[in-house]
Amino acid sequence: MTVSYDNSKAVFEGIKAAGITSISALPETWLGLLLQRAEDDPDVDLIQVAKEEEAIGVAAGAYFAGEPHVLLMQNHGFFGAMNGIISLAQLYSIPLCMLIAVRGHWGEPYPWHTRGGIVTEGLLRALNIPYEHARDPEAVAKQIAEAYTFSRSSLSPVALLLTRDLMED
Amino acid sequence: MERAKCLELIYPEIEDKLVVTIMGACAQELYDLGHRESFFYLQHAMGLASSIGLGLARHLPHEKVIVLDGDGSALMNLGTFATLARYRPSNLVHIIFDNGSLLSTGGFDSHTTAGITDLAAIARGAGIEHAVSVTETMGFGEAFVEAMERADLSVIVAHVDAVGPDIYGMDFALPENAFRFKRCVQERRAATGWKPPPRPGSVGSA
Repeated sequence: MTVSYDNSKAVFEGIKAAGITSISALPETWLGLLLQRAEDDPDVDLIQVAKEEEAIGVAAGAYFAGEPHVLLMQNHGFFGAMNGIISLAQLYSIPLCMLIAVRGHWGEPYPWHTRGGIVTEGLLRALNIPYEHARDPEAVAKQIAEAYTFSRSSLSPVALLLTRDLMED
Repeated sequence: MERAKCLELIYPEIEDKLVVTIMGACAQELYDLGHRESFFYLQHAMGLASSIGLGLARHLPHEKVIVLDGDGSALMNLGTFATLARYRPSNLVHIIFDNGSLLSTGGFDSHTTAGITDLAAIARGAGIEHAVSVTETMGFGEAFVEAMERADLSVIVAHVDAVGPDIYGMDFALPENAFRFKRCVQERRAATGWKPPPRPGSVGSA
């Protein structure tokens, strides 16, 4: 299994096509090629954080500044960011467009990811965070644009789940 | 040294700046000096005030951004010092009022109480060049002036007494603060010639 070069490119191009100019992220395997593109792109400001909850604050700052922003994280990073999501974003009606790599689900060979993968959707539902799965590289750009639009119109966190089908070859 | 006195001292300098403050006593004392539309009060999500400051400073190079943090909050997000050091926003002044206490939740001692944990040393160790510790109001004022004049990331750890206001309350709901703060930030940015991206619902039919 390798991370999909073509589909990482499709996701990054989708982010760009949605008008996003600012990205916060914590590197993870599935996001590696994506982040490399972000780092090399002079029109995108990439801010890497030490822990995903920081990115909730960075995203809020970017939103206040008027800068279109998405957050890239692994599902386990989403767990670590939860209080920021609830007590900053949801409490103050601040939109978040989160692209979350969902490790530990169908086809997962690594035991350490599995517990997180099993509970991810339940936690998203518990937090009333609307989510969709991104599986098809042909559809992902539209899904990113829609996720961003919905986060802004609902002033709410929104999650697009990047699946194994999309991120691995 | 009292935090309220420190805030009073710098208020004339920060009332026209973008200010992000943590919850509780610090937020209230700033509010009591006079609310400004450029003030955002983070009444929860401890630790993230400096991260919001980074997001603001990074995208608003024409602004000076002031973060009013506390020891309890900073201890919850020590990674922020490394992130700030890495991106080194030259227009961010990060003030940490260290009262050695989780004052707003009952006054329990924080890890900095016994003088063992040194937040300025942590900031320096994380790679922030300008991180100082002050214990007197005059010294605080001097460090603040230097930080405002310096075109580089500055951290000031101000050791203050664990006291706060007697009465708490603000005349707006939390999302209202966010809406008004955003409007203020964007208007100031628009004045530099920047054009905001289109908002959802602003074009086409509903």
